[in-house]
Amino acid sequence: MTKFTLNGRSVTVDSEPDTPLLWVIRDDLGLTGTKFGCGIGMCGACTVHIDGQAVRSCVTALADVAGARVTTIEGLDPAHAHPVQKAWGALQVPQCGYCQSGQIMQAVALIGHFPQPSDADIDAVMAGNLCRCMTYARIRAAIRQAALEMGA
Amino acid sequence: MTTLNAIPLTRRGFLVTGGAAGLVCGFITPARAAWAPKGAITPTAPGFDPTLWYSIDSGGIVTVNIIRAEMGQHVGTAIARILAEELEVDWEKVRITHVDTDPKWGLMVTGGSWSVWQSYPVYAQAGAAGRVALIEAGAAMLGVDPGGCIARAGGVSGGGQSVTYAEIVAKGLTRSFTAEELAAMPIKPASERRLIGKPVTALDVAGKIDGSVVYGIDAKVDGMVYARPLLPPTRNGSVVVSVDDAAAKGVKGYLSSLILDDPSGTVPGWVMVLAESYPAALKASALVKVVWKAGPTAAVAEADIQDRARALIADPAVGAILDTGGGDTDTAFAAAASMIEATFTTSTVLHFQLEPLNALAVEIDGVMEVHTGNQWQSLILPQLAVALGRDATKVLMRTYPMGGGFGRRLNGDYAIPAALAAQALGRPVKMILTRADDARFDSVRSPSVQTLRMAFDAKGTVTGMEHHAAAGWPTQVMASFFMPKGTNGEPYDPFAISGADHWYEVGAQKVRALSNDLANATFRPGWLRSVGPGWTNWALESFIDQAAAHVGTDPLAFRLGLLTGAGRNAGVTVNDKGGALRQANVLRLVAEKAGWGASLPAGSARGIATSFGQERGMPTWLACVAEVAVDSATGGVTVQKLTIVTDAGTIIDPDSARAQTEGAMLWGLSMALHEGTEFVAGEVRDTNLNTYTPLRIGDVPMLDISFVDSAEVPVGLGEPATTVVAPAIGNAIFAATGGRVTHLPITPKAVLAAIAG
Repeated sequence: MTKFTLNGRSVTVDSEPDTPLLWVIRDDLGLTGTKFGCGIGMCGACTVHIDGQAVRSCVTALADVAGARVTTIEGLDPAHAHPVQKAWGALQVPQCGYCQSGQIMQAVALIGHFPQPSDADIDAVMAGNLCRCMTYARIRAAIRQAALEMGA
Repeated sequence: MTTLNAIPLTRRGFLVTGGAAGLVCGFITPARAAWAPKGAITPTAPGFDPTLWYSIDSGGIVTVNIIRAEMGQHVGTAIARILAEELEVDWEKVRITHVDTDPKWGLMVTGGSWSVWQSYPVYAQAGAAGRVALIEAGAAMLGVDPGGCIARAGGVSGGGQSVTYAEIVAKGLTRSFTAEELAAMPIKPASERRLIGKPVTALDVAGKIDGSVVYGIDAKVDGMVYARPLLPPTRNGSVVVSVDDAAAKGVKGYLSSLILDDPSGTVPGWVMVLAESYPAALKASALVKVVWKAGPTAAVAEADIQDRARALIADPAVGAILDTGGGDTDTAFAAAASMIEATFTTSTVLHFQLEPLNALAVEIDGVMEVHTGNQWQSLILPQLAVALGRDATKVLMRTYPMGGGFGRRLNGDYAIPAALAAQALGRPVKMILTRADDARFDSVRSPSVQTLRMAFDAKGTVTGMEHHAAAGWPTQVMASFFMPKGTNGEPYDPFAISGADHWYEVGAQKVRALSNDLANATFRPGWLRSVGPGWTNWALESFIDQAAAHVGTDPLAFRLGLLTGAGRNAGVTVNDKGGALRQANVLRLVAEKAGWGASLPAGSARGIATSFGQERGMPTWLACVAEVAVDSATGGVTVQKLTIVTDAGTIIDPDSARAQTEGAMLWGLSMALHEGTEFVAGEVRDTNLNTYTPLRIGDVPMLDISFVDSAEVPVGLGEPATTVVAPAIGNAIFAATGGRVTHLPITPKAVLAAIAG
């Protein structure tokens, strides 16, 4: 049995301790906004927050989050209106959308570290998040817009 | 592909009918075209089954049924917008529904950048028919002449009174239109459009920023088990010799390993490892030992495939000759004062759509339903029926939004193993491929070899041209019924040669398409974003630049000189109106925007390229200028700016048009500089992001994107911009260094070799 907090709710899971957190979130706990892309932590589609840090859930074992606070895209904001989400909507960033949960979670963490990110900051931090539709220009613009709103 | 545009819908009557339950609007199936139902009906009423294209409920909400699949192109938004424009309803009242694969929907395919082009006339007429019917019924309710009424914002007004569509629907109406009446529907002129071409919020975006969109991989049903396939060493012809799952039995949740018996021959040698959870299936699959007798291509390397292509090109007796208006190139070359020849190659490319292939199969009331994302349902359903030994009425596909398509999911092979396993087990099965599995059996973009020749007279005028292209042919392998015949009677894959049949005036012209049989045997060739023009235009536009250099003319001026719009390049249908002169126009515009001819720092240069998008029958005219810096010490290429101008006729949804162009350009850039793999021992070398390296955010240059303001027929936008970026970069490298690169992807090593000459 592993206990942790998911989106503010305490959960207990009896999957094997080495089960990737990604599948625990998706299949055991039923939140499918977090996506499977590469399975080796290099595409970023599975990005969640663990105690506020952006982490690849596909390479994080369930045992490693015992007692931790895990946040997924579903729990980022109760009204799904986090400034980053609002900027994503305003600029119509998503195409297929599959990577965007991970992009948004990574972007929120980025703005936490760099409240007014430069293009170089954005490129460096977001380099681990692949967007196969190549919405990158809009991702950059949306991060800048969200950072402005959050700084205001 | 004009054959696909001839969807028989426009030959059917159209019916607008309904009452308290809502208004339904659909094409009448031919067998029932003469039958006019009376009174209120619902779409499921017995005896009447129109192909329902949209409905209006008693609250005035318009629901549009979309047969195209969503994979990031916001296709439902574009199609619904065409309808809403003519129907005269507010955008806030419009909803979309993606339908199942009931045969009544007709041919279901999403690819070729066809969706808007094909849908425009159909949905515009359907919307106009609804508007006419509602005006007539509304006028009757108001007691006025319909000729004095107008429809706006979901209501009819006339004689100083008005009535809403909701009120008209509640009262009920029936109005049928013949096919001829439908074809003559008054479609609004561009000047009166209120929705088309105006900013819009795409209907599918909200669910993609809060994690709520349900993709195929998210589909679930009670009681399902999970499967990870163990893939054989070759895509074709492998046979399972033995399966030993003793070690897997210790994995909690492991169920069994199933050797698939596939009468359709789609997935030979696949073994499904089944478990109660996907992690258990993964863990068990690593412990199951399968011995295969490998198929005949187990030792094939990329060089073998390319050598086979070269041998085919060298044999004048093989291949299909395209109809390029005749002309004897042998005579032209014999009489030439000078000639040039060059060979261009491209490596294998993976789709790497981010959502790995997956399918959920579940039998419901005797029908095997496959829940998955798919681009060409009509292609895979008959195969599914054969595989399962079922009547075609006992298989159904429910299409989910895709985590990327890019052509991979035109090949629906992945539906079959899930369905076979579900049928064998008598339980629902959810199969998910790992990323490496997905890459290993991707329907890759075939490697290609192309040889081009051009003949010139003493004045440097082009008098003849040949283009010989060899590659694996997806359409031959998966949809051979789709292949037209060349002038020599040989069938060819139109998508694998498209682009070579260009709009330049070159005198005698020969285009020869060659199917690489070794490629076709080694892998299932794929239609990958832009398909043939992804390699044909690389060769063509690089070669045109070489020709300009040969005659000592500026590359822009040389192209403009060949785009005369004469003869077969004049453009005669509504689709290609203006012909080569529209291609010349985008070239001029892009040159102006990009500062063509203005000086740049040493080591930097501009290159230009153009194309007509996907097919001569549906040209999207575009031109691109790449501004690059070349490090002559390392051969490193940095793309600083891409400027692109597109003439796609009427732009239905400007933001999506821009988004599709951004994506397609960057795909072009990625395939030019960042990604590519090769076959080693029968399989692709790179199967995940540790070695396969598509473009990332830091690689994105400055993008300058614009569209020609046009009221012509709307054509495609999903793919065309893919085709111009690589040759523009190659031409810029030539301008910067004098070295000509001939292979994609362009590597620093190749740049250094080109500079060294």
